[in-house]
Amino acid sequence: MFGRDEKPSHIRLTAVQYVILAIFLLLAYGLWRLQVSQSDYYSAAAEQNRIREVPILAPRGKILDRNGRTIVENYTSYTALLMRDSSRDLNADADLIAEGLHMDPKEVRDKIRHFAYMPQFQPIYLKEDITLDEVAFIEAHKNELPELDMIRAYRRLYPQKGFLAHLIGYVGEVSEDMLNQPQFEFYNPGDVVGRSGVELEYNQLLMGKNGSRQVLVNSHGKEVGQPLDEKPAVAGKPLKLTVDVDLQIAAEEAMEGKNGAIVAMDPRTGEILAMVSRPTYDPNDFAIRIGRADWQKLISDPNKPLLNKAIQAQLAPGSTFKIIMAAAGLQEGVAQNMHVNCNGGAVFYGRYFKCWITARHQVHGDVDITKGIYQSCDVFFYTLAEKLGISRIAKYATEFGLGQKTGIDLPDEVSGVMPSEEWKLRNFRQKWFPGETISVGIGQGAIAATPIQLARAIGAIASEGRLVRPHVTDPKDLPPNVVPVSRVPDEIKIPMDPQNWTTITDAMADVVSPLGTAGLSHIQGVDFAGKTGTAQTISNAAKAKLASDKSRFRDNAWFVGVEPRRNPEIVVCVLMEAGDEGYLAARVAAQVVKFYAQKQSRQPASIAKKGNSPGSVEVGAVWNSQNQNGSPDKLNGGRFQIDLGKRPLAIATAAPGLQ
Amino acid sequence: MPRNMSLRDFDWVLVAFVLIICTLGVIEIRSATLHTKFAGVHVKQVYWIMAGFGCMLLVSLVNYQALLERVPWMYLAGVALLGAVLVPHIGQKYLGARRWIKMPGGGHLQPSEWVKLILILAVAKYFADLQSRELSWTDFVKAGAIVGVPMLMVLAQPDLGTALTYLPIAMVGLFIGGIRWKQALAIVLLAGLAMPLAWHHLKDYQKQRLVSFMAPDNDPQGAGYHVRQSKIAVGSGGIWGSSSGSQTHLAFLPEPHTDFIFAAFSEEHGFVGALGVLLLYFIVLMRLTQNAQTAPDRAGTFIVMGVVAVLTFHILVNIGMVVGFMPVTGIPLPLMSYGGSSVLFIFLALGMVMNVRMRRFVN
Repeated sequence: MFGRDEKPSHIRLTAVQYVILAIFLLLAYGLWRLQVSQSDYYSAAAEQNRIREVPILAPRGKILDRNGRTIVENYTSYTALLMRDSSRDLNADADLIAEGLHMDPKEVRDKIRHFAYMPQFQPIYLKEDITLDEVAFIEAHKNELPELDMIRAYRRLYPQKGFLAHLIGYVGEVSEDMLNQPQFEFYNPGDVVGRSGVELEYNQLLMGKNGSRQVLVNSHGKEVGQPLDEKPAVAGKPLKLTVDVDLQIAAEEAMEGKNGAIVAMDPRTGEILAMVSRPTYDPNDFAIRIGRADWQKLISDPNKPLLNKAIQAQLAPGSTFKIIMAAAGLQEGVAQNMHVNCNGGAVFYGRYFKCWITARHQVHGDVDITKGIYQSCDVFFYTLAEKLGISRIAKYATEFGLGQKTGIDLPDEVSGVMPSEEWKLRNFRQKWFPGETISVGIGQGAIAATPIQLARAIGAIASEGRLVRPHVTDPKDLPPNVVPVSRVPDEIKIPMDPQNWTTITDAMADVVSPLGTAGLSHIQGVDFAGKTGTAQTISNAAKAKLASDKSRFRDNAWFVGVEPRRNPEIVVCVLMEAGDEGYLAARVAAQVVKFYAQKQSRQPASIAKKGNSPGSVEVGAVWNSQNQNGSPDKLNGGRFQIDLGKRPLAIATAAPGLQ
Repeated sequence: MPRNMSLRDFDWVLVAFVLIICTLGVIEIRSATLHTKFAGVHVKQVYWIMAGFGCMLLVSLVNYQALLERVPWMYLAGVALLGAVLVPHIGQKYLGARRWIKMPGGGHLQPSEWVKLILILAVAKYFADLQSRELSWTDFVKAGAIVGVPMLMVLAQPDLGTALTYLPIAMVGLFIGGIRWKQALAIVLLAGLAMPLAWHHLKDYQKQRLVSFMAPDNDPQGAGYHVRQSKIAVGSGGIWGSSSGSQTHLAFLPEPHTDFIFAAFSEEHGFVGALGVLLLYFIVLMRLTQNAQTAPDRAGTFIVMGVVAVLTFHILVNIGMVVGFMPVTGIPLPLMSYGGSSVLFIFLALGMVMNVRMRRFVN
């Protein structure tokens, strides 16, 4: 037994001392590790802690028409941000923030949670394009909510009502898929890039370079002192299109309420003057993130509003293909003296093929190549197809660019199909049946073409075989590093006999004469020529079975028109889905061509050119002036050069919805 | 004052080292709060230190034997206060934990701090009264219960950090009181079994702190923020210290004048300065253990060693947290961190040590 004063074991007390020593050595090691061995790492980390890079967003370049009129510009907006380098409890503040920004508190918390695993320097983008009172809320709560901030952003202002929407395209936040592609490797998450149309094709030109401001901040995210370094943003460069806003307005109006596409091109250069695709969408909805429901509606719409049908709809060209057939037939020397008697149909390879005229209980009678074109006689072209054979048809069609991309400077163009023996063997491992050639002869069967292909091919035939590559920007206006590379040559000369050229173009002019299939589309005083097409979307036999649901499979109407008929300045291709009859498409095309011709006739350039210098007119004038004695009887006379300069001739000053 | 007892017997060497550490603390508090809303608190800290010094003198005068006589009552009162804290309306809730009792006159009392002092005395009394060199199992369980009951009550507040500071009192008491290997093994086994259960009962923020302690870089701006910022502050100090002290001064370091004062000090004065402070603490602790050895009786030894245990634990947990070895628990660094309770507690504890020392020649 031990007394109360029995001292505790000295060994154990000493042991405690050694434990304390061990603890202190451990702590000293901890200090040594941080301050000596890893000091450089933590010094660097401290630098990053202090300096925050605040981005300065660069505005995208404007998009202009061929005369420099504004089509797309920017407007300034503010985006509400949550800074996560502040030490505040974001979830606790979520209710107040949500109330001030008119958001659902759950949405705010979801965003905070969503960003939880993102790098800390990346702010949370809470709400874009905030209203003035929301801006005021952020300003007023700088002290209570130091983590809430806003940044000035430039948003795209697109023309109203989907004007030129498909050609322009739209912008959006760069997607993860895009970031993995080499051409986007220098982009950062959150960057706004072109997602379609020229916004995508010329993104490199349009997109500016974001600048940054290096600021000293404390952990509450408050800037301390003056910015250390400021790299100003470099604005994107403007993009000048070949589109003419006035003609585009006319084309948009002509397509109002219809489904399909219009392409208007200058076949001498390949410049696209107008491009319409219907139905359209409002790209302004994409400037701010589009709601899921609206997006679903857009992508599930059977009329495919997001598709640029001018370059992405591949459909049977119908009778417009007969122009290419005619070129092939004449160049091969088959069609010149060919005469066919149309009784409303004929038998080829044991099958009866009807001519469209039987639907009107008529016949074409004796048909030559000219009548075959202006009356669009199917029997004539069945016979021509039989005589040419698929190989020769395919050779000419391919020469004129069918079944391959035109090389237009827009993304996601489709190539269409030009069938041939090899094509069928390759894709279906089947032999070509001679009977299939007959359908191809009138632009049916496996053949599929886009409006841009037809405009280009028929424009080339009317230009004596000069096939150009279409483009929406003049490469001369672009810096060399953004000129798109295309495997399609800018211009090819396809040999064409001038006699054949005259025959075809004259017959095309007859199409819009009282003799032709689109007589009503004749334009007084304008040398308009073209070819109608009515393309079945399914076979007649299948159509009979679907008697109750015919509307879904109504015929597509086509028209490809040129003005003037030889060496045209403009070629217009119109596709009207479910348009029923080619002559209806011809009216649309005529509307566009008529406007074009009117605008051209109003150009005083032709007068001005008669003067000594281009752009000025010589005028003679006489006037009175006072004599030296005061009586007003001195007569003067003189010749003056009036400089017309570049008077604004255009009707519109900018695209609809823009000033 | 009894005979052969005077202030000359005060451990003035210990007091000198303690005051050096306090001074360094005050200077650092001033530096860390210079341009913040806390500017000027270093003056308050000086007042607290002066008040603490006064308390130390007072406590040293009351015979610790008299205190030990009343320990059962003090212990019961302490437990009662801890119970009162848990009762709504009496206990004040702040940041989700019920830790304070509102006092008449607007003050707030946090009983769990003062229970620490009572526990040192209670454990000392219990082991001093034991007559055997080796602990029996019953003694072992009883000693555990003395510390365990208030500890569970503090855990219920919930205040994990303070509850854990009770542990070293029990551990040192048991160790010096003659714990057997089997008993130590039983503690380890019990702790092992309790671990998953305890995890289950931890609050979300406590779990988060522990998780972020394990992998602070996964979430540098979230729960791991404190740990990472503290390590950056210490690390960027280098060997001789960072002249700008940007971590501290640009407010990246959280609470640079309270829990993270050692990080702020290490940033400004580097490895050399930090090691110097560690050395000062080591000297203080060694000096205290020496006083434990010269104590007039078992109870005196246990009292001093209880103080040593609490101080060592505070230093280990706080500096361990600052250098990234320990999770964030909100335990201040004794003598340096700003805060009235912390300063008063340390000086009262030192007062008890002086009390024991002054009576070393009393048989």
